[in-house]
Amino acid sequence: MRLAVALLMVAAFASVPLWLRDPYLMNALITTGIFIIGAMSLNLLLGFTGQLSLGHIAFFGIGAYVSALTSLGFDAGLPFGFRMVHEPWPPIIGFVLAIIVAGFCGYLVGLLSFRVRGAYFVIVTISFAEVVRLVALNWVELTQGPLALTNIPSITIGLPGLGDLTLRTKLQNYYLVLAVAIIAYVLISRLVHSHFGRAMRGLMENETLAVSVGIDVTKTLTLAAVISAGIAGAAGSLYAHYIRIIDPEVFAFINTVTMVIMVITGGKGSLAGPVVGGVIFGLLPVFLRPIMAPEAQWIAYGGVLIVILFVLPRGIVPSLAQRFVRPRKAIETVVPVAFAERDAKEHA
Amino acid sequence: MGQFLQHLLNMLVLGGTYALLGIGLTLIFGIMNVVNFTHGVLYTFGAYIMFIVVHQLGINFFLALPLAVLAGWLLGAAIELTLLRPLRGSDIDTTMLVMIGAWIAMQSGALWIWGGVAKSVATPFPEAPLVLGPVSVSWLRLFVLAAAAMLIVVTYLLINKTKLGGAMRATFQDRDTALLMGVNVDLIYTSTFAIGSSLAAAAGALLGPVYVIFPQMGDLAAVKAFAIVILGGLGNITGAVIGGFILALAEELGAGYVSSGYRDAMGFLIIIAVLIFKPTGLFARSERVG
Repeated sequence: MRLAVALLMVAAFASVPLWLRDPYLMNALITTGIFIIGAMSLNLLLGFTGQLSLGHIAFFGIGAYVSALTSLGFDAGLPFGFRMVHEPWPPIIGFVLAIIVAGFCGYLVGLLSFRVRGAYFVIVTISFAEVVRLVALNWVELTQGPLALTNIPSITIGLPGLGDLTLRTKLQNYYLVLAVAIIAYVLISRLVHSHFGRAMRGLMENETLAVSVGIDVTKTLTLAAVISAGIAGAAGSLYAHYIRIIDPEVFAFINTVTMVIMVITGGKGSLAGPVVGGVIFGLLPVFLRPIMAPEAQWIAYGGVLIVILFVLPRGIVPSLAQRFVRPRKAIETVVPVAFAERDAKEHA
Repeated sequence: MGQFLQHLLNMLVLGGTYALLGIGLTLIFGIMNVVNFTHGVLYTFGAYIMFIVVHQLGINFFLALPLAVLAGWLLGAAIELTLLRPLRGSDIDTTMLVMIGAWIAMQSGALWIWGGVAKSVATPFPEAPLVLGPVSVSWLRLFVLAAAAMLIVVTYLLINKTKLGGAMRATFQDRDTALLMGVNVDLIYTSTFAIGSSLAAAAGALLGPVYVIFPQMGDLAAVKAFAIVILGGLGNITGAVIGGFILALAEELGAGYVSSGYRDAMGFLIIIAVLIFKPTGLFARSERVG
């Protein structure tokens, strides 16, 4: 049943280019898809470990820059007279490196920032993203600073029997993004339903109790951070090779907020949440554009975020699921709810 | 040597306004346990009030500062009453996200109303700086320092010598006991948020004429305020003042001796370093750990 629904959704998404010919809408769909991948990776941290990472765009941006620099090549000076010279490599290697480097950054950030919780964690993650943005802005020799990296090549993939295919058209990029999104979705789904997924949920509900039953906090959270950052890096790489120009503005806090809005609206801790929220908020500008100034749109976004938190604090998907679908037994909590509630009361 | 003295002097001027920003945020953070993402918007708001009062209403420059403080107080009270009061008792993440929503909406509102073009405020001070041996400082900056120092003293007296301040400190130490002792906690929360907001607006009104005024100017200010609060420890006013000056010193030295491009990175680096090595802040009193 669930598989049937999933296949139906995939078929629906895959059929879009068959009846939608408008290039502007296709463009909106592709960038939306890329941001949905980012939102899915954010949801892994926000929804399944309960850590509100507001520096998530850093991993997206790092992925974008790593991928772009790998495929463009660079020649940058390092301290103590060393130089770093790199000849252009195929973009597909950039894509892989983007995942690896972003994942490694996720590991470092996770290692450092999971020492603190709550408000402090949020502030550390924001600070990390801003430091990365300032480096991208000021290390002009490597990143061209505000002048942006331009002429980033499109991704070329080797197809068996068909030779190399360079993905230049919107149609090709749409299917590339869709394919990566499906892989990311399946990966996150498998992870969440695994032993690690239960450990993450246990931590989210009651950390003290989770530790007492033998869950390794640092290991669990760091693994979640690595996978989350890696997927965000993949999304960033897709972004770089599709838009073909990136500047330090990619690290803007507003981009993290966009992902957060997608996750919260759709429903954090729900696999389909970021997809639903992403489709709504990715396509909303398309419909608002003719009737509203961009500033007014952002006012509306802020307003919608507030209203959603007041009216549907759990998001659209969980609220609907509660009404129409019987809960699955598989994702039961490992920690009794009573303990979590007592804990919440003590902290209130 | 002269250059170093100049950096120290700049640090003093900058540190005063940073301290104001930090005190406002640390009060709200400490007493209400709210991560106030609208703090930067209040800073921007104060700066625009300054611009409107001086240029559009044509009122005296010196009168603009108290008006900005008052406007910040009113806007802060309004935010608390409409957004935070209904959320009392919800978890800190929800409150944080609501404040982010309010920040996005208000900043975009500022962009919509006043446009993205930077504005500058004309001041009644002479152009020529005051030269003291090897260092020089503009009269405007001296005024900013004096006004900031005065506001810090007023806030200190308000918190430590008045009945309202006593109730605020009691709420900070133990909300439930304060409630039992007859403290009107709702009123304390609204007052705290309004006072914190008015201090942010004052900082914006003071630094706005020194630099230029634009809708996103509050973003960096907010992060700096967070850095100061984290340096000084939660709810610690003295810590916030010292933190403000430490941040200003780090920025001045970073800009002077490392690279001016990384001036604004100092706040973030301080945040990361403090939270990794001493998460309770440099001046946290032992009973407030955690």
